[in-house]
Amino acid sequence: MFAYYLELAWRSLKRSPGLTILMVLAIGFGVAASMTTWSVFRAVSGDAIPWKSARLFVPQIDPWGQPALFDSTPQGSKGEPPDVLTYTDAMALMHAHRAIRQSAMYRIEPSVVPALANRHPIHVDGHAVYSEFFPMVDVPFLYGGGWSAGDDARRADVVVISSQLNDKAFGGGNSVGKSLKIDNSVYRVVGVIDRWNPQPRFYDVANSEVFSLDADAVFVPFERAIANGIYNSGNTNCAGPPLEPGFIGLRRSSCVWISFMVELDPASAVEYRAFLDGYAREQQRAGRFTWPPNNRLRTLNEFLDYEHVVPRDTRVSLLVALGLFGVCLVNTVGLLLAKFLRRSSEIGVRRALGAPRRALYAQFLTEAAVIGVAGGVLGLLLTGVGVLSVGLVFSPEIAALARLDVPLLALTLAVSVGATVLAGIYPTWRAARVQPAWQLKSN
Amino acid sequence: MSMPPIISALRRHKAGVILIALQIALTLAIVTNAVYIIDQRVERVNRTTGIDESNLLLVQQAWVDAPDDQSPTGVIQLDAMLREDIDALRRLPDVASVAATSTLPLLNMANNNGISLSPEQKKPTSRVSLYFGDENLIDTLGLRLVAGRAFTAADVVRQGLRDTGLPPIVIVTKLLADKLFPRGDALGKVVYIGGDTHPLTIVGIVERLQSPTTKDWAEEFAYNSAIVPVRRVGFFSLYAIRTRAGREDTVRQAVGPALYAVNPLRVFGDGTSARSFAEIRRKAYRDDYGMMIMMAVVCLILIGTTAAGIVGLTSFWVGQRTHQIGVRRALGARKVDILRYFQVENLLIAGGGTLIGAVLALALNLWLVTHFEMSRMPMNFLVAGMIAVLVLGQAAVLSPARRAANVPPVVATRSI
Repeated sequence: MFAYYLELAWRSLKRSPGLTILMVLAIGFGVAASMTTWSVFRAVSGDAIPWKSARLFVPQIDPWGQPALFDSTPQGSKGEPPDVLTYTDAMALMHAHRAIRQSAMYRIEPSVVPALANRHPIHVDGHAVYSEFFPMVDVPFLYGGGWSAGDDARRADVVVISSQLNDKAFGGGNSVGKSLKIDNSVYRVVGVIDRWNPQPRFYDVANSEVFSLDADAVFVPFERAIANGIYNSGNTNCAGPPLEPGFIGLRRSSCVWISFMVELDPASAVEYRAFLDGYAREQQRAGRFTWPPNNRLRTLNEFLDYEHVVPRDTRVSLLVALGLFGVCLVNTVGLLLAKFLRRSSEIGVRRALGAPRRALYAQFLTEAAVIGVAGGVLGLLLTGVGVLSVGLVFSPEIAALARLDVPLLALTLAVSVGATVLAGIYPTWRAARVQPAWQLKSN
Repeated sequence: MSMPPIISALRRHKAGVILIALQIALTLAIVTNAVYIIDQRVERVNRTTGIDESNLLLVQQAWVDAPDDQSPTGVIQLDAMLREDIDALRRLPDVASVAATSTLPLLNMANNNGISLSPEQKKPTSRVSLYFGDENLIDTLGLRLVAGRAFTAADVVRQGLRDTGLPPIVIVTKLLADKLFPRGDALGKVVYIGGDTHPLTIVGIVERLQSPTTKDWAEEFAYNSAIVPVRRVGFFSLYAIRTRAGREDTVRQAVGPALYAVNPLRVFGDGTSARSFAEIRRKAYRDDYGMMIMMAVVCLILIGTTAAGIVGLTSFWVGQRTHQIGVRRALGARKVDILRYFQVENLLIAGGGTLIGAVLALALNLWLVTHFEMSRMPMNFLVAGMIAVLVLGQAAVLSPARRAANVPPVVATRSI
């Protein structure tokens, strides 16, 4: 029976090619626009560490008691504490060591002198972190590993590098134990990271480019970086000027510039929150804070949401594309209605010859599905073109994340068939209600 | 022509009428908002920075073996290195002038601060973007001085990257001057920056200078800039180069070798020794251009789909009513009457759709305002959109209406 309905659909579609092409085009363009923007949205809103994101938290402590003069976070002016910490507070949290794992971190952009001859020095991105950073965010290692807590305390001259930097600086291979000159100092390589460039760069969205084509190339011990005066290249936000000049002045100031992440058993988040409030009350008693505790402890995903990691334009684009798809569907409903009702006399004859309504439903929904498949195939092609050309519309860092994969292709086809069949329900219902007697009489 | 028959005919095919009206309404709602987004972005990217953007290059570099900028001798050494670089650049053929600067408009590398009229003030009078530069900065950028004087070499002080404190004089933009001193007498007055207790005297006013920050949160102070006569030295430095007209590319090629000849142990930012301002501008507004393209494509598809939908459904109606049209023609209706009938019918449907669409457009705009920090759409966009959609409907209905008008009266005598 299905083959017969397919044949009927094919004949019907051939009879009015203009209308058919119109419907296929509308479905194709609508679904392609939606899927292209969806592929981008899916890429930028993804969880970069799904197996662990529920155990990662970002503490925020209010060191000012007033809104920031400059705040790039959308909610910044609404009584929220800044998204990063002062040096004083970050160090207090490190020393209290109340979480399973924790790390203060700050963004650095040092220059590295390759060991290979005749190479100009290169400029790299990196972070100054504590030893617990590596197991906390599950950094995959190609050679060696992170450094130890002892190295943190000793302020050891050690460095973990990316495989890309390993290639550029040493020509690849196991470089553990080799020396690398970063800015003015020489460090010993203890680990080479396997390909790892999480998108978004979840461990420090406040200070990094959230989406980046280049992975962080160097990780050095936090306190070593401070002692060596490695410049903090992220944002620095102050409520007033530092009282002393130099790096030491920044460290003693109430300026915020240090990102912080902790790993907790989600059940013990309450205790950590209480610890933060206790700390703030202690600061209040000591006279450093003159306001009641105003702290936050967001899970990683809540924090990414708070920071509006998904760019506004990406969300607006997706919504507009979905609206476009909606219009295309309304259009399809109208055209299918015209198409089906034009065949009222044919329906009348079929009904008069004893076809039940069920058969008519099957016939017309099959026809709608055929249009859906054709629209879906066109949509696949256009989605392909769309995903390949997202670079024209979105920045390269984000465009690089949009991928054409099997789930996306399957979804494109499924959405177009599903939506077209859905759009066909009303016209089919109308067609099935055609009164055979009336049709036969008018002929 | 009388309306009642048209209206009663509309009642006979409610579903089609509602579908077309709904499609027109949604199209109007989305297209007006999309066009409004495009308009906003066009306005944003067309703003002038206040600098002369042609023949301008930026060099961003860092020394690998830089002396410590926190020691006085380090600062002196770094300053000497910086001036050696500037001298080398100045000696290049086709270079008109070179200045040390801390940033450029649209570079998104900013030192933003608060500016106040008194040191005790809790909340600053305005937010400000600070430029640190030498005596050549104003000329090199091509800023227009509208009052007071530019900096001289004697004004310029050297400072380490992390030094606090500012020199005693400042040049501000006209907009900032008027905001601080609404009576227009800013020249010679003192201001305080960043909660510092040392006063700065305004010695000059430039017409316009955009902030380095192009992000939304900085919109409010986008033209509140101030320049202080400081050569800021640290492990990295920025040089603005004004080239002779049309020699930008030649100079650009020469910058890398010239600076490597002075000192090979350095790295250039962004993988290139020198960038033209046009590239900086392109990068700053990349997302805005993208959004414009995206919205334009959506509008085109929408308008095309809706027009095609109107053609499709009207053609169906024409086919359905061929017999009636023949009867009307046989009873003496002229071709133009049939044409008018379909045109008026479309006007009624599109008119209804447009009214619903206007409400939807405003609702959508309001929703975008509350959830995506967009601004309110002015009414003229909506009115223009409504007119455009009505015209679109009339254009789409023309071809099927003509076909209807060409139905010969003899059809009335045939039974389908």
